[in-house]
Amino acid sequence: MQKLITNILLLILSVYLIYWAHSHLDNYTLSILNNIGIFAILALSYNLINGVTGQFSLEPNGFVAIGAYTAALFLIPSETKMDMFALVDPAPVVMQMHAGFLPALLIAGVTASVIALLLSFPVFRVRGDYLAIVTLGFGFIIRIFAMNKPAYTNGAMGLNDIPGNANFLWIGLIAVITFVTMLHIISSRFGRAMKAVRDDEDAAIAMGVNTFWIKTVAFMTSAFFEGVGGGLLASFLTTISPDQFTFLLTFQLLIIIVLGGLGSMSGTLLATILVMGGMEWLRFLDDDMEIFGYHTGAHPGMRMVVFAILLVIMMLFARKGLFGDKEISDTVRKRIGRRQQTAGGDA
Amino acid sequence: MSQPILSVENVTMRFGGVTAIDHLSFAVQKGEIYGLIGPNGAGKTTIFNNITGNYIPTEGRIVFDGKEITGTKPNKVVDLGIARTFQNIRLFKSMSVLENVLIGYHNRMHYTYFEAIFRLPRYWGYEKRIKARAMELLEEFGIADLADTEATALSYGNQRKVEIARAVATDPKLLLLDEPAAGMNPSETEDLSIIIHKIKKDFDLTILLIEHDMKFVNNMCDRLTVLDYGENIFVGTPADAIVDEKVITAYLGEFKHA
Repeated sequence: MQKLITNILLLILSVYLIYWAHSHLDNYTLSILNNIGIFAILALSYNLINGVTGQFSLEPNGFVAIGAYTAALFLIPSETKMDMFALVDPAPVVMQMHAGFLPALLIAGVTASVIALLLSFPVFRVRGDYLAIVTLGFGFIIRIFAMNKPAYTNGAMGLNDIPGNANFLWIGLIAVITFVTMLHIISSRFGRAMKAVRDDEDAAIAMGVNTFWIKTVAFMTSAFFEGVGGGLLASFLTTISPDQFTFLLTFQLLIIIVLGGLGSMSGTLLATILVMGGMEWLRFLDDDMEIFGYHTGAHPGMRMVVFAILLVIMMLFARKGLFGDKEISDTVRKRIGRRQQTAGGDA
Repeated sequence: MSQPILSVENVTMRFGGVTAIDHLSFAVQKGEIYGLIGPNGAGKTTIFNNITGNYIPTEGRIVFDGKEITGTKPNKVVDLGIARTFQNIRLFKSMSVLENVLIGYHNRMHYTYFEAIFRLPRYWGYEKRIKARAMELLEEFGIADLADTEATALSYGNQRKVEIARAVATDPKLLLLDEPAAGMNPSETEDLSIIIHKIKKDFDLTILLIEHDMKFVNNMCDRLTVLDYGENIFVGTPADAIVDEKVITAYLGEFKHA
């Protein structure tokens, strides 16, 4: 009961903070926060399949692209589409796609999810390294499709003038929803079965768990939120092109979830803030700096070097990521428990 | 005699040119503890894998509770009422003892994915009820105080108990134990045999077990089958088995007169 009240208070507090940030902060800070929010959505859902279920897959760039393009096509008004598609005329179905902001996001999520379902039949026939390669291939296919089907995607030119409905209120709220959903999944029988698949798939089968469906469910959930996140990204940036959805995007998400701890949602959230925020906050390193009267001169890219070194150091000291596969609340509870135990021993 | 709960009929299992099991037949009656013994490589674990659906037998059939289950998927076999433990303990290492047992109840919780995400009443209901049942089960094994400990932090004997508890949680009619006493000291073995007798009575189980420890087999089994090179060389009580010439030959080799 006490836990429930704490959780509700935390929820109200985070919603209030999002609202406060939305109405008080300047555009530059907000755009960093928006970036963090979107990447949090992507990383949290990616962690469900990679960290919690332990299926090392490399496809999120594909699902994000599907979500971004789907949402963009539903959001852009018809007249703009006619003007924008320069190479070929848009396909008739593209002209018929219209939806409001929230429905468009939902459609983007569901589309990614349905494709994940279809993909899971070939993908989950293989395990381990093979799974990584098969899913990597899927990411490439989606990008190549976006490049070469101009009637649907406007080819390499991408889509512009996407209505920018995504503000921090939406992005923050959806990030919170994603976070809570992930935690709810993990602490249910489905989450336990996912972890069982990660720890020992054969033993999970011997417990009567239909591991194929568990993996598929995790994959579809992950794809849904990646699709929604992609839709938000499209609306936030107002312009998308195939080059944004290369393997580098997956790689960035992978860094975040490994740093945060595979299987830890609170770790992922913290790691998203560190990685996405760090990229911005370390920007001063690129500029000319004066250290004890000595000018370093401007070195564009210096922050990347420092950032990489910081990452290496962090991984050296926290091999299993910031929180391992536990949540921050578990860690805190254990600390408090230990302190109480020692206090009791003294008395 | 009534219809056996499990009957293995003429099962042959070949891996390429190697015949692991050769026309093996035996039947386990409801409520008994049936032993499966034999030297290393006799095919004991292979027949377990045949029963649980991990391997599909090359020939022959397996009938459980009056229904043929040859080639049924492993997770479906569990639903029909056959649970197993592994020769080398395979606990879920990132989870607590309680969570390990809760996996066993996976199919007994009937709330859906959406009910879990939105935390609807059925989620709370099942979680509360099943957690209480899991704690009772741990109580039965005498490890309730370890419920929140990480499973792999336990002693070997306790890990074995968690593994058996997890299997019992799936609500089986037939429990397959693959070398439950392996690697245990005499007092742990003693403790284990008491627990196995207890759960057999409390959960109305039939038990099929593989074992090397003859003292343990003597204590536990009502009847047993001795396997050698995949063939059935003896069926009967443990007392008769240890004086049977063929069994002695299989274990110790032939005694030749000079």
